[in-house]
Amino acid sequence: MSLDRNFTDEPAFVPYLVAGDPTYEESLEYVEALARGGADIVELGLPFSEPIAEGSTIQQAIVRALDGGMTPNRYFEFVEDLTVEVPLVCMTYYNLVYQYGPSDGPASFVERAAQAGIEGLVIPDLPAEEADQLREACDEHGLDLVFIVAPTTTDERLERIREQVSGYVYVQARLGTTGAREDLSDHTAETLERIGEWTVPKAVGFGIKTGEHAQRIVDAGADGIIVGSALVNLVAEGDDEDISTAETATRIENTASELKAGALAGREQPPEQQ
Amino acid sequence: MSSIGEFGDYGGQYVPEALMPAIEELTDAYERYVLHNEDGFMDEFRERLKDFGGRPTPLQYADQLSERYDKDVYLKREDLLHGGAHKLNNALGQVLLAKYMGKERIIAETGAGQHGTATAMAAAHLDMPCEIYMGETDIARQRPNVFRMRLNGAEVNPVTTGRGTLKEAISETMRDWAATVERTHYVIGSIVGPAPFPSMVRDFHAVISEEARKQILDTTGDLPDSVMACAGGGSNTMGMFAEFIDDPEVDLVAVEAGGSSLQVDEEEGVAPNSATLSTGEEGVLHGARTKLLQDSDGQIMESHSVSAGLDYAGVGPELAHLVDEDRVIPANVDDDAALEAFHRLSQDEGIIPALETAHAFGYLHAAAVGDHEDNLGDVVVINVSGRGDKDLETVVEETTARDIDAGPEMDLFRQVGRSGGDSM
Repeated sequence: MSLDRNFTDEPAFVPYLVAGDPTYEESLEYVEALARGGADIVELGLPFSEPIAEGSTIQQAIVRALDGGMTPNRYFEFVEDLTVEVPLVCMTYYNLVYQYGPSDGPASFVERAAQAGIEGLVIPDLPAEEADQLREACDEHGLDLVFIVAPTTTDERLERIREQVSGYVYVQARLGTTGAREDLSDHTAETLERIGEWTVPKAVGFGIKTGEHAQRIVDAGADGIIVGSALVNLVAEGDDEDISTAETATRIENTASELKAGALAGREQPPEQQ
Repeated sequence: MSSIGEFGDYGGQYVPEALMPAIEELTDAYERYVLHNEDGFMDEFRERLKDFGGRPTPLQYADQLSERYDKDVYLKREDLLHGGAHKLNNALGQVLLAKYMGKERIIAETGAGQHGTATAMAAAHLDMPCEIYMGETDIARQRPNVFRMRLNGAEVNPVTTGRGTLKEAISETMRDWAATVERTHYVIGSIVGPAPFPSMVRDFHAVISEEARKQILDTTGDLPDSVMACAGGGSNTMGMFAEFIDDPEVDLVAVEAGGSSLQVDEEEGVAPNSATLSTGEEGVLHGARTKLLQDSDGQIMESHSVSAGLDYAGVGPELAHLVDEDRVIPANVDDDAALEAFHRLSQDEGIIPALETAHAFGYLHAAAVGDHEDNLGDVVVINVSGRGDKDLETVVEETTARDIDAGPEMDLFRQVGRSGGDSM
């Protein structure tokens, strides 16, 4: 069963949070709030000490989660402790996948992830060229391997990614690192058009902050939207300002609902109005 | 993929997709301009290294050290290269390459500030705008280099994440590059990062051993018994070793920072050293598979060295491979031994070395006085990778704090420093 099933009926909302941010217990609540808010898939970050693709919001979340004691083994326990029905994708960096024992290479990590109930992986520092071993392990254990397509990706590279990708393709809306933005890049429509023939669903991320952003992205032809920093910001605020876990969970659920509604509104409008 | 950048089990290209097209473009430019001298690139590079950089640097016989240790000790004087360290070889090469590629902006990370300084100089020389990322811990301990970068017109961006040293500076520069990759070239400062950087940076520094090999043959008629260099990321090391690798009779010794201890604190995620070649495990960091200081989960450790330029949890993939192949001998000396050696070289030879460089002399001392087996032989060539002006404040502080025997009375300097306010 592939993650692409979650994109069939309506535009998918794919939120991201860092597991264990700011604590294990609070983080469980926040992921459950995402599910209540209408998440179709949750990208759950496993924190790595050198997150080179992340902007400051998610970097800080990673520091909080690491300080709170999150490790790969704790992460898998966390996944097992979640009671949500929504499919989970693990987003992390390759060294953690590579180091996980007992066997050499990525196989042990994938096996453990599958056992815990993870359905897919996104590894931002693993380009298609270096992914053969991981692709093989994912095939063996029935996990999807999601790849990122960037505005700079050449046509030749698109073909390489197309051969490796499954579940959905992560369309990076603009250059740079992750982070919520006031404005949205116009690279998105162009990239979506370039991969228009791909059968795998196209989810757009990087910079989406509001329901209105979500609507425009879906208008442009996306099958789903990925939102990280705008939600992680709510966790940070809750932590910084001593807001109760329940209140922060409510805020996360409300923002999730707004984003999901935005995505749905995008599908309802005929594209020619844009 | 191209075999450039694969060194046995190490190397590769582990970077975000957004950067991959730039890496492919750079690989193409490296092959054409550097390997095949297209448009006379290498001729212009060599010419500028001579006129702007001051190459060739001398190979000097060290009279006092030779007598002290009963060996023939030769010094490859990279500290005499413009800027005071070997770093200009690579910085000038890459900034010039960026120009040939039509890039409009230069970014770089720096640890000790030597690479940042060299990049700022090269960018000013070649009229390119330049921004340098530097950890705030390093900014505090290498202030003279911060001034030099600013004087050459570069922006210096403090990096506040983590411990604020080289590892964080590299991560932050990669983030800038991911946002600006179409117009910007990232001048990596060591033989680290995704292919083709490790090969390209080595090639720009290979001029060190090209000269040294010829100079020692001209002087003695024979190859040395051993060649030694300090190793952090490993750029001066590979530059010094490159042309000797095919001389099996020459032992190659890479001296890393032993810091305060080779033990690691797994709980705190701290390795109080930077001895990656001796103690690291294979993993993936900053674009390459290499040896790393990491915990059992694969989280990167915070490294430590009194020398900012060696303070890094990774090492170049080619050096890691050469160690596995038993072609390069990994060694290390601790902070105190490096400080002792710093003073010894200053007093015996009239050369104030960089603290990075002092590690190589610390190992020479330990081997020659019998602290461990002397594997260096009778004729030793050591790369004096940089001069120590940038380290004077650290040396004054640390010599007193650690009660280093070889140092002069430091109270005088401390009082002068205080009455002089901020300035050295």
